[in-house]
Amino acid sequence: MATFNLTVNGKKQEVDVDPATPVLWVLRDHLDLVGTKFGCGIAQCGACTIHLDGTATRSCMLPVSSVGDQEITTIEGLSEKGDHPVQKAWLEHDVPQCGYCQAGQIMSAAALLKENPNPTDEQIETAMNGNICRCGTYVRIKAAVKTASKNINA
Amino acid sequence: MTVLKTSIGRRSFLKTTALAGGGFMLSFSWLAGCKPTPETLELPKEWFELNGYLKIGENGLVTIMSPNPEIGQNVKTSMPMLVAEELDVDWKNVIVEQAPLNTTVFTRQLAGGSQSISQGWKSLRMAGATARKMLREAAAKTWQVPVDEITTEASMLYHKASGKSASYGEMASAAAGIEVPREVELKNNSDFKIIGTSRNNVDGKKIVTGQPLFGLDYRKEGMLIAMIAHPPAFGMRLKSVDDSQARNMPGIKDVFTIKTYPEDYAQQWCDVDSFPELVVVVGNTTWQVMNARKALKLEWEQFQDHEISSSTFWGTTVKIKVPRGLENSTQHTRVMTEFSSKVAKVVRKDGNPEAVFKKAAKVIERTYSAPFLAHNTMEPMNFFADVTDGKAELVGPIQTPEFMEKSVAARLGLPLEKIDIQMTRQGGGFGRRLYGHFLVEAAVISQKVKAPVKLIYTREDDMSFGVYRPAYFAKYRAALDADNNLVAFHVNAGGIPEGPLFANRFPAGAVDHYLAEEWSVPSNISVGAFRAPRSNFIAGAEQSFLDEVAEAAGKDPIQFRLDLLDRALKNPVGENNDYEAKRYAGVLELVRSKANWGEEMPNVYRGVSAYFCHDSYVAHVIDLVMENGKPRVEKVHCAVDCGIVVNPVAATNLVEGGSVDGIGHAMYSGLTFTNGTPDQNNFHQYRLIRHREAPRSIDVHFVKSDVDPTGLGEPPFPPVIGALANALYKATGKRHYQQPLLGVGITLG
Repeated sequence: MATFNLTVNGKKQEVDVDPATPVLWVLRDHLDLVGTKFGCGIAQCGACTIHLDGTATRSCMLPVSSVGDQEITTIEGLSEKGDHPVQKAWLEHDVPQCGYCQAGQIMSAAALLKENPNPTDEQIETAMNGNICRCGTYVRIKAAVKTASKNINA
Repeated sequence: MTVLKTSIGRRSFLKTTALAGGGFMLSFSWLAGCKPTPETLELPKEWFELNGYLKIGENGLVTIMSPNPEIGQNVKTSMPMLVAEELDVDWKNVIVEQAPLNTTVFTRQLAGGSQSISQGWKSLRMAGATARKMLREAAAKTWQVPVDEITTEASMLYHKASGKSASYGEMASAAAGIEVPREVELKNNSDFKIIGTSRNNVDGKKIVTGQPLFGLDYRKEGMLIAMIAHPPAFGMRLKSVDDSQARNMPGIKDVFTIKTYPEDYAQQWCDVDSFPELVVVVGNTTWQVMNARKALKLEWEQFQDHEISSSTFWGTTVKIKVPRGLENSTQHTRVMTEFSSKVAKVVRKDGNPEAVFKKAAKVIERTYSAPFLAHNTMEPMNFFADVTDGKAELVGPIQTPEFMEKSVAARLGLPLEKIDIQMTRQGGGFGRRLYGHFLVEAAVISQKVKAPVKLIYTREDDMSFGVYRPAYFAKYRAALDADNNLVAFHVNAGGIPEGPLFANRFPAGAVDHYLAEEWSVPSNISVGAFRAPRSNFIAGAEQSFLDEVAEAAGKDPIQFRLDLLDRALKNPVGENNDYEAKRYAGVLELVRSKANWGEEMPNVYRGVSAYFCHDSYVAHVIDLVMENGKPRVEKVHCAVDCGIVVNPVAATNLVEGGSVDGIGHAMYSGLTFTNGTPDQNNFHQYRLIRHREAPRSIDVHFVKSDVDPTGLGEPPFPPVIGALANALYKATGKRHYQQPLLGVGITLG
């Protein structure tokens, strides 16, 4: 066990855990932030996507010891009132079916738009390809990313 | 107007009230963090419960209970819409709560068979209509006017002659004292204001902000985490456990074995479980338990042939033979090939197919196959259990709470009323969560450790401890006469360990000489329902075959099907045809017109397909384009007849998703076995469709209908596979008979 000082959603957090513990389980089990989902544990499905200093990162294989002073943002901290342009676009397009993968999808989309506010269809597909939606909402996700892009640039 | 006798009396309403005060208080404390409060509305000071389905606050806010498990099919929005319609409430005044499991108040609290809306169509509307009538009677009594003169609109009561009006909130207290009416009138379809209009997902905001909604998100003070270790192969059972290292690892509370279903336990159909004896690790955190589990030293051994006694969905008892041995996919293929050329059990025979095949001008014979599939819900199996003091509290994702309540009561030796199952939102179902062994496991573990426990499966556990879609095989033969008429049709279908045949579906009824045979091969690999059971394979096979027959007959594939359906409509063969030929033809005609079928476009390769299941009709046209030598789905055109569409935005989403899901599974997915062990146990080996492979666009068209709603969660899945296979033939010049359709590792786009 070791003590780690993390910055999660702008808040300082101290956790005492095994250094190998993936950030996903630190968030879910120790910080009670369960919006970040467990899907595969091997960085293949994207359900656990968070932002590490603004970059979309899979938290399920990210040891807490490797975070250092990088800032962690989870779906709970993406916006204060749940009104990030991507979240609003998701609601406008009524994207979710079961909803389980959508936090990860939204985090990937938000990171993409931050880096590239005007992505082409192909760039959206590539950036989002690591996020599996078992319900098959891909067409809506793409439409919502485009709406968010339009609103960010408006 | 439909007049219905109310089937729920005051007594059952009171019962719900009592339960609401006691039995499921805990769910409120957990839900408090994600209270479904519209931003514009304050919670009322007092609620008045008019019946088990709804309560009205003094400020006019209405809570509607959604009775069924929500697995992504959107019943948590669409079922309350039915109540709201007949209550005549303004939807913006409605908040929705997941109902507790209470079979005395709610009917069929199950997610399966695409039947939630069709089965709830009358009962949910009746609940709303009953409350509306009580509000009108309360107003009539208050204003001393005849009840017939009271009208309602958007949460308001009016008496036109006197000019009096009151809100539902103002009248709620008085309405709660009105006797439950014996009969209620339901609205005419033409008067619907909510049904048929698009209403966004009631949990949408909570989903996009990451609020705790799912089983895996549930937590309770003092809760421990549990994981199981199961045999590495089907056909094996536990031999010995060495937990000396694991139990001394940090955070570990206990390591022990459990029997989920002991030998003398009378199983139900939903108790399917290949590994009824497990090793359990319980500890403080998920990571600690994961690590300790890796440190277990376990020995396994093969089990012998045995028999399980189980009750079916319909209540009959069956004996299921479980053969010994470690099975292999290569051996499965060999056995299925062998069986398909043998005479099998004749399920339906019309005319004299053997004689007609002998003298046919042309005979076409083709064989189709598909592998086992794992459900792979994005949220792996999990359940919370707290079994103490002779009662069990269970919280989590389950499609069959009504049935699993009985299983867990029987297993724990507790009366039914001591079992409280709360339904969370579910990260997908697809049939996997019909089989609730994980719920029973959680209960047995909690009972043993005397503490609240959340049982978590990893993806590897989930994929290798499945209740899979069976492996299927189907051989088709068609006989054409000299004028290229389809004169005889033969299907021989089977699977491991169940076959996919629907003998009375199209083209049965449309061909004079018809033969349907079925076989199955026993296996110790556990199988169960997977989105559109059996249809999920047989539709693609049959619709690919009909495409090839149409081509051999020199006919347009849509016209060929329409001609057959016309025959089935005007002069059907046999009496047990499952489908309505007119509605079947309707979706084909709609998709033909919407897709501009027949129009040639450069670099566009089209395939068509149509299928009937779960009482609904769906037709697809797929447009493939070739890009860099690879086919890509440019567009999916889809026509659906599911009767009245309750919530168009959600229904469209479900049809889009079903179409993507069908394409994905036909193209990429498959579970194979080597010596009883699944060769794939996570997403690096088991492929699901991804963004880059999804259709560029999907157009969904619903047949305008006044027919009561029929299924929608499953029907869009099966036919799209046929449309894809037929379009791939146009694009590649080759027919594809085995799933994955282009072979393992080959992708679209």
